[in-house]
Amino acid sequence: MDWQALILSLELAAMTLAVLLPLGLLLARWLAYTSFAGKAWIEALVVLPLVLPPTVLGYYLLVSLGGASPIGRWAAEHLNIRLTFNFLGLLVASVIFNIPFLVLPVQRAFEAIPRQLGEAAAVIGLSAWQTFWRVELPLAWPGVLSAIVLTFVHTLGEFGVVLMIGGSIPGETRTIAIAIYDRLQAFDLASADRMALLLLLLSMGAVGASFFASARMTARR
Amino acid sequence: MPLVRRRLSGLLASVIACLAMTLPVHAQTPLPTVAAASDLKFAIEEVAARFERETGNKLRLVFGSSGNFKTQILQGAPFHLFMSADENFVYELADAGKTVDRGRAYAVGRIGIMVPPGSPLKADGELKDLAAAIKDGRLQKFAIANPEHAPYGTRAKEALQHAKLWDAIQDKLVLGENISQTAQFATSGSAQGGVIALSLALAPAVARLGTFQLIPESWHQPLKQRMVLVRDAPDAARAFYAYIGTPGAQEIMVRYGFVMPKN
Repeated sequence: MDWQALILSLELAAMTLAVLLPLGLLLARWLAYTSFAGKAWIEALVVLPLVLPPTVLGYYLLVSLGGASPIGRWAAEHLNIRLTFNFLGLLVASVIFNIPFLVLPVQRAFEAIPRQLGEAAAVIGLSAWQTFWRVELPLAWPGVLSAIVLTFVHTLGEFGVVLMIGGSIPGETRTIAIAIYDRLQAFDLASADRMALLLLLLSMGAVGASFFASARMTARR
Repeated sequence: MPLVRRRLSGLLASVIACLAMTLPVHAQTPLPTVAAASDLKFAIEEVAARFERETGNKLRLVFGSSGNFKTQILQGAPFHLFMSADENFVYELADAGKTVDRGRAYAVGRIGIMVPPGSPLKADGELKDLAAAIKDGRLQKFAIANPEHAPYGTRAKEALQHAKLWDAIQDKLVLGENISQTAQFATSGSAQGGVIALSLALAPAVARLGTFQLIPESWHQPLKQRMVLVRDAPDAARAFYAYIGTPGAQEIMVRYGFVMPKN
């Protein structure tokens, strides 16, 4: 069992959520409540990481964040950081490939909230922020919860993008999914089995628990 | 509603607390990292363990295909010592100004045919049974490493060309990303066999998965393996580079079937 890889994956998943959750909530709410010309294109862009092959996404990230790219060069010169083959690079990639997993469920949840509730909240004098915090978010919570769980579990499992831009460096970019592949290549089937089983149970448990919690929250209304 | 809200903010607070706690410390100076060709998997793990025991230095080992490592180092991957299965990748990096010098030859590798138990194919180093198996349909799948970027794949291709089997075997080939994965394919039972590195076939974890026979050395270009220090390599990486030339390290390499180059 590669505990280092497991911890790294958990860290990556937690940090991804920390960055993506606030941004994703805002984006999802905006997409749910406004309509404008070209909205379909924005929505398509949100879904894109879900349908693109991970190798394509990984390749574009490698090219656009690597040392030879304008972004990579700028980050190296002005911030003295590198964006590929390290944890920070993985985090950037992870935020990007998780956008659909977070935004789509949250957007659906916001869309399901009757518009009149917002108007009623305005009538009784709640500010936009209070309405968001006291009315919309509690109603959207089941959707938000499942989005959080999906994002977390998907980060643990992502393989292709991580392999492309990570380079399988222990303690830095070797996540649990990459570690399983690495153990297979080392003919260490016992370790690979254990890690694969752990990932299966973890994913099943998290997704199951979130569905259970969502169902209870919805039933309580 | 207030109850729901309190519970909600409690949940949110605990989520945020969890996130904050896991803020990792990834900024510390990285360990010296060795990017080694997959054929070195077992040999270099043993050499590195001995080096760590004797010197107290810690190393990070990453295994993969030499061609991919070359590309990654060109892209700025933080590897300090590159142990390639092919000298040309080292020269390319040197020409690109990524390395300290043009490196040092550290081993010559060998290839052979690996056949899993129960396979209709015989492990015949001269590949005569392979030729027969292609003709009579016993052969369905045969594993080699990807000749495009894995040196052991390139040599396997040359050996198959030498045996005049390359064209006939095209539609049977499965390509491993590196020689380790190829060994995985060759011994899985899904393929009837494959061409793998002697250094892997000699490792106990692999040896018990089938029978192996060497392919004649003269059938392919020599697998001249070369290593090089990447620019700004830390002292521990330099120490390991020197350590590989010591008798203790060479004894391990020879045990895994590597021939020591005459420098």
